[in-house]
Amino acid sequence: MSDHEYTPKSKVGKWFNDRLPLLTLANHLTDYPTPKNLNYWWTFGGILTFCLITQIITGIILGMHYVAHADLAFQSVEHIMRDVNYGWLIRYVHANGASMFFLAVYIHIFRSLYYGSYKSPREVIWIIGMLIYFLMMATAFMGYVLPWGQMSFWGATVITNLFSAIPLVGDSITTWLWGGYSVDNPTLTRFFSLHYLFPFLILGLVILHIWALHVPGNNNPIGIDIKKPSKDTVPFHPYIVIKDLFALLIFLIIFAFFVFFSPNILGHADNYIEANPLVTPAHIVPEWYLLPFYAILRSVPDKLLGVIAMFAAIFVLVILPWLDTSKVRSTVFRPIYKQFYWFLVADVLILGYVGAMPAEGLYLLIARVATAYYFAHFLIILPFLGMKEKTTPLPLSITEPVLGGSADMAMAKNNNDYKEKL
Amino acid sequence: MSESDKKKPNRRDFILTATTAAGAVGVGAAVWPLVDQMNPDASVKALASTEVDVSSVQPGQSITVIWRGKPVFIKRRTQDEIDSARAVDLSELKHPEKDEDRAKDPEWLVMLGVCTHLGCVPLTDKGDYNAWFCPCHGSHYDTSGRIRKGPAPTNMEIPKYEFVNSNTIKIG
Repeated sequence: MSDHEYTPKSKVGKWFNDRLPLLTLANHLTDYPTPKNLNYWWTFGGILTFCLITQIITGIILGMHYVAHADLAFQSVEHIMRDVNYGWLIRYVHANGASMFFLAVYIHIFRSLYYGSYKSPREVIWIIGMLIYFLMMATAFMGYVLPWGQMSFWGATVITNLFSAIPLVGDSITTWLWGGYSVDNPTLTRFFSLHYLFPFLILGLVILHIWALHVPGNNNPIGIDIKKPSKDTVPFHPYIVIKDLFALLIFLIIFAFFVFFSPNILGHADNYIEANPLVTPAHIVPEWYLLPFYAILRSVPDKLLGVIAMFAAIFVLVILPWLDTSKVRSTVFRPIYKQFYWFLVADVLILGYVGAMPAEGLYLLIARVATAYYFAHFLIILPFLGMKEKTTPLPLSITEPVLGGSADMAMAKNNNDYKEKL
Repeated sequence: MSESDKKKPNRRDFILTATTAAGAVGVGAAVWPLVDQMNPDASVKALASTEVDVSSVQPGQSITVIWRGKPVFIKRRTQDEIDSARAVDLSELKHPEKDEDRAKDPEWLVMLGVCTHLGCVPLTDKGDYNAWFCPCHGSHYDTSGRIRKGPAPTNMEIPKYEFVNSNTIKIG
């Protein structure tokens, strides 16, 4: 947080600020010193905030027209699509907005992985981020159930049945989650209630996420500690605000393309068939953003172990700050990790692909290899690589490589004093 | 504070522990209704049994009825299907159960049509055993509804049922 004193200019402002220092907060957010070398991968925090607000606003509106009842839900969604003024637009923004939200969050997470933003002193920011990600998945899953189509119903059945794998109490937990002996009206109404609640929990966590970020300040593409404020920083407003807005505009073009030109391309046609508890669709797949975890679940032949592997795949991310033993943050200075980073990206994409394919033959084999590699990356490669890897010299400051006249960061002057401090 | 003061519980410690314990019980009692409201309610439990007329089911045919919101398969098995189910050596099975225990009347197999993996409805007359096959994650069941291949951990469940008369089965 900014330590400098702030006094509002107007008398009224001063009177109010002495009683509730909102103006001090606004001043802190405006002047907040930001590393001046932040690239466009850093604009996704702002984009994600936009996505959350969009989902909340469109969601509240949809809630005015939607009816959470097993007999009426499917019809009420069609009513929104056909009868409600601009209902089609609001629903398509909400449905595709979920996909755009996940697209942005995956870029945000992989940016953090590349530039080591999860490392000390930013572990708490990272863990809060993972909580947000987990809540996002839960919210998206429950939201997908609400239209009460075939994929809604059977997706809900499969996911809630995951809990039946828990020894001894599994069946009681599933019955409790369902409020009956199968997914039915009680399940739908509670999912609606929680789907409405969770985004506000996410909003609260986002505030904590930003608060925790403002304590050490932003990481940056070369990952070194910088003095704040200094010649290495610029104020958040207007520099970062304008950059974020520009990136948001580009993002909105892609968003609008999906909403207006292919609003159903990311969904499943089966969800336009009303839920039928007697017929399971031939091929159940979750939404694209959950596919890598679905592939991990299916790659393990045992029910309980499959469920454990799936949750472990998320948990391993939570403890990542302690699995990566390298003190150098940015991948720019880690030539070997850089290769493993791209292997991981490819591995997750492959998991996503096989998650959408039937779990048999070659697909199953690929899923198993990719699952094993996923865990090996975090549990074996990262801890050992951090100890063994010879990193390239870090520059002393953000401006040093620029003033040194070399565009290549690696050519920047070696500074042994700095390395020893690490 | 001296050493003995730290170790010996005095009146104040007792009151603190007793108050905390009473408070914990009170909080637990207040939270329980909030948790239990999510369990099946009286109207759901009231639909606990259902009667099915099976007089029109021919040998080899299978019907699906709903009981407690779940599908129940009622299969009138052919002699071949009964024989193949009874000929299986129990040591081959992942979840060993005799067909005699699963189908009291060998001609009629009554079981929950719910895959024990993640709850999908298996397809009838499909799969490696030409009996039931779950399309979700590829579990194969035999003519007794026992798991033979795939990720499902157990055989398909046999609900409580009885023949009210020769044409009617009461499930539940």
